[in-house]
Formats: sequence, C-alpha cells, structure tokens
Amino acid sequence: MQPGVVFAQDYQYMCSEAGQNIIKDAIKTHGLTGVVVCSCSPRMHEATFRKAAAQAGLNPFMVEIANIREHCSWIHKDKEEGTEKACVLMRAAVAKVTLNAPLKAGESKVVKRALVIGGGIAGIQTALDIADAGFPVDIVEKNATIGGRMAQLDKTFPTLDCSSCILTPKMVEAKANENIRLITYAEVEEVSGFVGSFKAKIRKKARFVKEDVCTGCGVCMSKCPSKKGLNEFNMGLNNRSAIYIPFAQAIPNVAVIDKEQCIKLKTGKCGLCQKVCTAGAIDYTQQDEFIEEEYGAIVMATGFRPIDASKFDEYSYSTCKDVVTSLELERIMNAAGPTGGVLLRPSDGKHPHSIVFIQCVGSRDVSGRGKPYCSKICCMYTAKHAMLIRDKYPDVEVHVFYIDVRTPGKNFDEFYRRAAEQYDVDYIKGQVGKVYEENGQLVVRGVDLISNEQIVLNADMVVLATAIEPDPTARKVANMLTASIDTNDFITEAHPKLRPVESPTAGIFLSGVCQGPKDIPETVSQAGAAASKVIGLLAKDKLTTNPCVAHSDELLCNGCSCCEKVCPYSAISYETKLINDHGVKETRRVAMVNEALCQGCGACTVVCPSGAMDLKGFSNKQIMAEVDAICL
Amino acid sequence: MSVNADWKPRIVAFCCNWCSYAGADLAGSSRLAYPADVKIIREPCSCRVNPMFILKAFERGADGVILCGCHPGDCHYSTGNYYTRRRMALLFSMLDYIGVERGRTRVEWVSAAEGAKFSRVMNDFVAQIRELGENVKVGDLRCKE
Amino acid sequence: MQRVSERVIARARELMREGTVNKVAGWKAGEFFYDCAPYVFESEESLKDLVYDRFCAANLSKYMIKNSVAAGAEGGKVLVLLKPCDTYSFNQLLTEHRIARENVYVLGVGCEGMCDIDRIREKGFKGITGVDENADGKTLTVHTLYGDGEVAIDDVLVNKCEFCKGKAHMIFDELISDNEDEGPRGDRFAGVRELEAMSPADRFAFWQSELSKCIRCNACRNACPACSCRKCVFDNDASGIASKANTDSFEEKMFHIIRAFHVAGRCTDCGECTRVCPQGIPLHLFNRKYIKDINEFYGEYAAGAEAGQRGPLINYTVDDIEPAAVSDKGGN
Repeated sequence: MQPGVVFAQDYQYMCSEAGQNIIKDAIKTHGLTGVVVCSCSPRMHEATFRKAAAQAGLNPFMVEIANIREHCSWIHKDKEEGTEKACVLMRAAVAKVTLNAPLKAGESKVVKRALVIGGGIAGIQTALDIADAGFPVDIVEKNATIGGRMAQLDKTFPTLDCSSCILTPKMVEAKANENIRLITYAEVEEVSGFVGSFKAKIRKKARFVKEDVCTGCGVCMSKCPSKKGLNEFNMGLNNRSAIYIPFAQAIPNVAVIDKEQCIKLKTGKCGLCQKVCTAGAIDYTQQDEFIEEEYGAIVMATGFRPIDASKFDEYSYSTCKDVVTSLELERIMNAAGPTGGVLLRPSDGKHPHSIVFIQCVGSRDVSGRGKPYCSKICCMYTAKHAMLIRDKYPDVEVHVFYIDVRTPGKNFDEFYRRAAEQYDVDYIKGQVGKVYEENGQLVVRGVDLISNEQIVLNADMVVLATAIEPDPTARKVANMLTASIDTNDFITEAHPKLRPVESPTAGIFLSGVCQGPKDIPETVSQAGAAASKVIGLLAKDKLTTNPCVAHSDELLCNGCSCCEKVCPYSAISYETKLINDHGVKETRRVAMVNEALCQGCGACTVVCPSGAMDLKGFSNKQIMAEVDAICL
Repeated sequence: MSVNADWKPRIVAFCCNWCSYAGADLAGSSRLAYPADVKIIREPCSCRVNPMFILKAFERGADGVILCGCHPGDCHYSTGNYYTRRRMALLFSMLDYIGVERGRTRVEWVSAAEGAKFSRVMNDFVAQIRELGENVKVGDLRCKE
Repeated sequence: MQRVSERVIARARELMREGTVNKVAGWKAGEFFYDCAPYVFESEESLKDLVYDRFCAANLSKYMIKNSVAAGAEGGKVLVLLKPCDTYSFNQLLTEHRIARENVYVLGVGCEGMCDIDRIREKGFKGITGVDENADGKTLTVHTLYGDGEVAIDDVLVNKCEFCKGKAHMIFDELISDNEDEGPRGDRFAGVRELEAMSPADRFAFWQSELSKCIRCNACRNACPACSCRKCVFDNDASGIASKANTDSFEEKMFHIIRAFHVAGRCTDCGECTRVCPQGIPLHLFNRKYIKDINEFYGEYAAGAEAGQRGPLINYTVDDIEPAAVSDKGGN
C-alpha cells in the first residue's frame, strides 16, 4: 500500500448507494482523513463522492478521484499496461490527497432577475416561464421586433398550422407580462460578474423613433421616399422603406429608421416622416442608449440563420433567381410575403410547373464548405413544402433529391409518408451534381441511387434545403459570457445528456438552436427546461461558492500587482496593512482575493514569482506531488 | 535513440478541467486508444500550469510534457489560455536553448468535443517521444561534471 | 568621468547638508580600489567615503525597496545615485509598487562605462595597486608593483557596459551628466544568436559545463533588482521546489531557468547577475534570450523604460504566436 493508506477496498459500483456506504463506513471505522476513489472521471461523480464523505463527517474536499476509466481502462487494451497505469494514477491521487486541506464553501448573493439574450420563440418561451414563476426578466433582441425565425415561417410541421397564428399570441403575452421587459433593437455589450450576480451593459441602438410615442400606424412607411432597402423579413426578396415596421404583428409595433437608407440621416434633407407623423414620434437626433443591469442568471437564445447558399456554385444560387433557399420559399408561400402567398417564381413572376427540392445543402458536408452535422429540420420542412404545394397546386410536379429522409419525431414519419404517398411527391434517393440554366430553362442533373441512373430534370424552380448555423452573434456573446463553444459555434452543454440546457459556466443557460439544431417543439421544451433551471437558481437566497479559490500568503506577497493584472474577474485587490513578519512589523501593500469573485483559474499563481499566490485544491505542492508520483 | 530495451516513455499531460480533460474523457468514452505512457494531471485551467511543474517533471525523469487547454478564445475563464500561450512559447524556447529537444514539450488546444483530436495528439506525441528516445539529457544534467 | 564624479560627490554632500535628504545610497570605497560596494551613508561626515569612479558598477535601485520605506518611516528622504542603466530597474520597481517614490531623491549620474578588474588582470597586469583614468577618457594607466602600464577602457569594460543600453536616464529628480546619448553600444543579442546557431547537442554541452559551476551562492539572486521577492520561492517550503542540497539534482538548472522565467518581462538587462557571479557563469545569456524572444514574438519591449508599463507576460493579444511555431524561431 502507498504511504498513508490504511484501508483499501475493491467494489464494482462505487457510485451506487452500497458503494457510497462502503466509503462512509470506512471513514468512520478507520477515522480516515482522506479518500481516493479510483473510478470514472471526476467530472462524472466527484460531487457524489464528496457528498458521501461529507455525510460521514469528512470534509468533502478531502476526496480525490483517480480517473481509471475514461483515462485508462477504456482506452488501453493491454490489461497489464492498463493496470500499471491505473496504479500510477492512484498513486498520484494519494500523493495529492495527503496534501489536501479541508475547504469550506463561501456564500454569494443571488440577484433575482434574469436576462434572456435573443427574442425568438426560444427566448420568448424561456422569459414567459421565468416571468410566470414571479421573477423579472429582460429580453434583449438585436432586431427591431421579437419573433425571430419562427415569425418568418408560413406553416409548421407536422400539423400544418400557421406559424404566426401560434407565435404572435406568445409575443403579445411577452409584451403584456409585467415581469418581462422587452429591450429590442439592442445588443449586450459587456458582461462581468458570475453566477448569481452578473452585470450586463446593454446598448439600445437608436431607432430614431420614440418607442413610447409611436402608435405603429404605418403612415410614415407609405410616405417614405426611400424604398430601396432590402426587406430582411422577406429574406431580401422585395424592398421596404427606410422607415419601417418589420412586419404587421411586430412587437413592439413601432417603426425604426434604417440609417443606411434614410435620406434625412444621410443628407439632412427630407424629413417627410417627421412631417406626417401625427404622434410626433420621429427623432432624428436620437442616440444609442446604454442600460446597465444586474442579473442572477443569463439565458442564451441566440438562434440560427441559414448558411450562405452562394458557397455552393454547382446549384447556381447566386446566378439563377429561381434557385431559392427554403426560408425564401417560406416567404414566397406566406400570405404576408412578397407574392401575397401565391406561388410565383422570382425571375418572371410566372407560375412554376415543376419544382426540384435539394436536401442537405451544406448539411452532413465533410468537404469543409458546409457543416458536418445534420441540420435536423430540413427533411421535415421540405416534406411540408412539397405537400403544401401539391395540395394547393396539383398541377405542379415536385421532386425531392435526398441522401436519407430523417423523420424521428412524433407524427413525423407519418407526415413524410403522406407527402410521398398521398401527395405523390417524387422522392429520389440521390444527390444533385449540377443545376444550370439552358435557354432560359433550369436543368437539374442528378443521380438516382436506387435505379443507379443519371437523371436530368427540367425545373421551373429549385429549392435548396440549406443547412442552419448558429447566429453569427453567438460566438461573441458566448465569449462575453465565458460560455464554451464547439467547433461549429454551437454552445457547449455542461453535460450532453444530463445537463443539456446549462453551459459549463455557472449561471449561463441554453435555449433553442444556439445549443444545436432543433425544431419548434424541441425548442419550446428546451426553453421551458432552461427556464426551470433559471427559476431554481433565482429561488435561492444564497449560493455556495466554489472553495477552490486563490489565496495570497501576505507574508510572501511582494505587492507587485502582477496577479491583479491577469485576473479575469477583478477578484484581486490590494490593501496596505501592518504585517507582522516573524516579529518584524511593517506596513506593506499586499494582495487580497475576493473569494466570491474568484473562479479559481489559477492565472495569478503563475505570475506570482514568490509563490505567495496559491490555489486551494490545486496548490503548487499538490500538483508537484502528483508530478512526483507519476514520474516515480 | 534509447539503448534501454525496456524503456517506456514517461509522459505527463496537464489538461484543463473544462476542455481538454473533458476531451480526454470523451476520447475514453469513445474508446479512442492512445498509449498508456500518457498520464494526465487535471488542472482548473491551462494557465494554472507553472513552469516549475514542467521542470519538476523533467527533473523527475519525464520524457515528455504536454499541456492541453481550451482553444484560444474559448477559455472557460476567458483569458487564461492566452497567458498560457505566452508563457509556454517562452519556456519552450528556453528549454530548446539549453539543448532539451523541442519535441519533448508541446501545447495543444483540445476542446471538450474533440475526443478524437485528444487521442490523435497523444498518439502523435508519444510517437514523437519514442523517436527522441529516453530523456537522457536532463538525466545527464543531474550529474555534475 | 572624474569631473562628473567630483560634482556628484559634492552635490550629495550638499543635499545632505541642506536637509533635502537624510541618507545617501552610493558606493563606498572598499579595502581595494576596485571593490566599491553599495552603501547607505547616514551622515554628512560618513560621506567622506563616498566614491564614484570606474568601479562603481553596482546597481543601487534594489536597495531602495527597503530604504525608501525606512526613510518614510523616519520622516526623511533617501538620495540614490543612479547611472543611466540603473534607472530602468528603478522604474520597473516603481511599476511593481516596490519603491515609495515620494521618499526617494533620484540623482541621475553620468556614466562612461564601468571597468572589470578581472579583464584588466587578463591583460597581463599583476600586482595591480591602482588605476587612473587618463585625460583622453579612453585609456587607463594601471599602476602595479612592477611599474605602470596602459590599457584601453573599451577592452576592459564589464559585460553590461560593453553592451551599454544608452546614456539616457529614464527617471531622475536631478541630473549630473556630461553624456551625450549615443544609443545602445554593440549587439547585445550576439551571444544569444551564437548559441542559437549551435546544434542542440553543443548548446546542451555549453550549458552543462557552465551551470555545473554553479555553487548556489545566490549572489545573482541577491544582486538582481527584479529578483526582489520578500522570500524566494526556492526558499519556500510550500512551493514544493525548495529542496536544496541535493548533490545530484537538476536543481541548479531548474533554479536558473525558473529565475530567468520569473524575471522575464521584468528584467531590464542590467547585467548584475553575470557581474556578481563568482563562478563567472554568463547568466545574462538566459535573460537576453527571454528579452530577444519577447521582442521577436510580441514586439520590442524594454522593461523599465517607463514606470507603469504592462509587461509582456501579464499581457496578451488574441493572435499571439503559438508555442508550436517557436521551434522555427529558435536555434537548430
């Protein structure tokens, strides 16, 4: 046995209740001062074992885990080698635990207000649920209205009910809820602090329209002479005026001036909207405003956008007007869209007779042009589009090229089969090599993998089921929140299965597609789950803080300020105080760590040349002992 | 090259808790093998790794030391790995300057999602250390002339 | 140099007499003419031993850590004589809040380079009894038991003066100097480059031979103005590396690498480490390697050029060089 070890026990399921009891009994029977569990990753069960130790009267931080599963038995096929390594890992953990010191968690406050970043269906649902529990919540939305992507959709699968008919009541509810504050046309600029007490600085961009005065009558829009701005809501398929309300049901129903398009703001001449506004809401001198607020929890609901289809030259998206993306088709199909809901092709406004859908444009793409993941929603919305078109225009032929049709969801496969069987949508398993225009006719060249034949189809329109990607603001927001992000810019969960709505950064929660592709019902359920996590947090009066924090030995501190400069949390400050250094009394400038602010990264410990700054739970001596034990 | 036929490299890997340690866990749960010569020490952040730890490992006979952290920009503590990057660039340059082979030290950014990368990096690093052989140089340094 | 010297000594006495300062940190003549040592004079009378000549290489800024605080406690001020290169160290200590600036009166003193007695001896002089600077300011007359000889000052400069950073003072309250700033002298990184150009095996052999001489006397640590911790990490049991007296240990190398690392970005290249090493180990080659790397990786940086700078190791940019790219920069 290793020096210091007085009791060792082998048990297959140490994390089970019986296993935990073995630990508790051993602590009591042998009066243990430290426990090493050789088991799975500490990221899995460190908390379990610490709790067990605490129940047996041992300080929970006197427990160390040797990770002999993920880091050993699961990857080393040679049993002897693996066992040898497991012994080394155990030795290192024992060496560390003998130097552990009992630690006590501190307490910090909880600000009972939540911030939701993003005002799509995910953000709205999260905010509604938090507000219903009685906590104030702010939604920060970068666009002029809440609603997000869902507002742009025509119908929803698999029920085919109208998207805005189910969304707009929620938007209205969010506006009416007195616990919810909508901060639209705004972006979060800075976030500091930590779980329970974040501080955010929000930039509310100038609308040039007084939000509390505008009645949303829309007269300004009709009179505005500048009508060349691309209508973002309609995916740029038509134009809008420089002063505009994004769409009829926008919340808040308030106009906004696009300063790139506004003649008055650009040249100083015009001012027509101000003249026609009977409410007197127009204010060309409006400046960006800043809102600073404290929050106990922050929810990321930053959503997604379709990827840029012009990267895929073979589909001629940039050159042929009649090659559109699925989201563009949503707008074309929508009664409030550019064609008033009549299916007309963009190039000449004629009725199409043959439409080809191409699946997985940029999804499941390992070439590097697209995304390696499945965007999850495209199979279903394409079935929806195909079905709706065939239903409304039986004369239109619909072909769908697919790699696989993926329909795992309640009533999803039934929905797809209805499209294929009942509505005669022509599903072709295979990929499209090229779409091109020949004598004013779109030609689609593809392959049918089942008959193993080359296929050439004439089409009047081609619809690309483009992959979805996280909104480009997600990365910036995640960095601000110190939430980790994966290689595709989706926010990482604290645990992919067991903590899917939390970020590893305490106090940051995930709602909707920012975490990974999902459809509306999934988004809504995740939004609710995130809300319940937030409510659970805000319901607490105090939080216990991580006791593995930096600590400065004032006798060793030089007062040089290096640690203060590298601290990302401003947790280190300096105090000039009388120090009794082994009988020598001297006034010195020494570092002090605010334990509520310190998150325990250890950056300060390395810049401290004297070693005055050390990290509890990961002390210099402990790590050196681990190094020693491993290199024995 | 090593003259000792029984020699197995001793490699210390310092991994940050949030990305690389989790990446190593993922390599484990995905059964992506790498040699047992690699022993991982868990750190809260790559910026916790003091050059003293690395030199200590060499002093104790390690043949290679690798430090893994979150990708720059993705640090759980937002800026920790930026400091790591500077410190290790300078330290490794210094070790090279005193004649310890550059291949014995490495920094890699491995995210929690990159189990495959973790395994690949470790396989590669171990192969590199095997190529370099036993770390006799630092061993020699221990014996005064 | 002599003219400056007289003025410096006279001014120090004057400042003491008129009560501007109550202490003077300067150099005191030793038993031999070449062993001028740092000394804090506490009375006008004691100032008779104050010297300022070609053998006053010691950098006095480090002494201000304790003395500036002590002077404050006594309600007085301490005068410190700083040569141009010493002012960098003084500024760096100010940056690190180690000196109570308000209690220090900095008298910047002109300097034309300090001489190394060992290098004079290497020129073949035995039984040296004294040296005098000749009127040309370029040569020394060396008096020996066997007669006089002459030596060019440039040939006997201490290492740090051979690579003088420049004659400009970075900080002072008052300046006594006839120097014209000619900028840096020589290529201070030449030695580093020479090592980088060697094969790893040769570099290794070089350092093995040099560092094997180390007797861990800590002279480098004691003289270094950056190495000014209240308690050194190598003396701190809690650090886990305080394991002295291992005869077969890597510790000397570890000590010097860590020492250089701890002062990286803070070292002003004052050259005191090499100057005071009784074993003649070229310790500055460590520090200059770090300075050179820092300059190449992160842009030119001179620690102590002004107070309040943010050092390169407590700073970063998001697109810094990757450690993996460093191998291309170094030697081999």
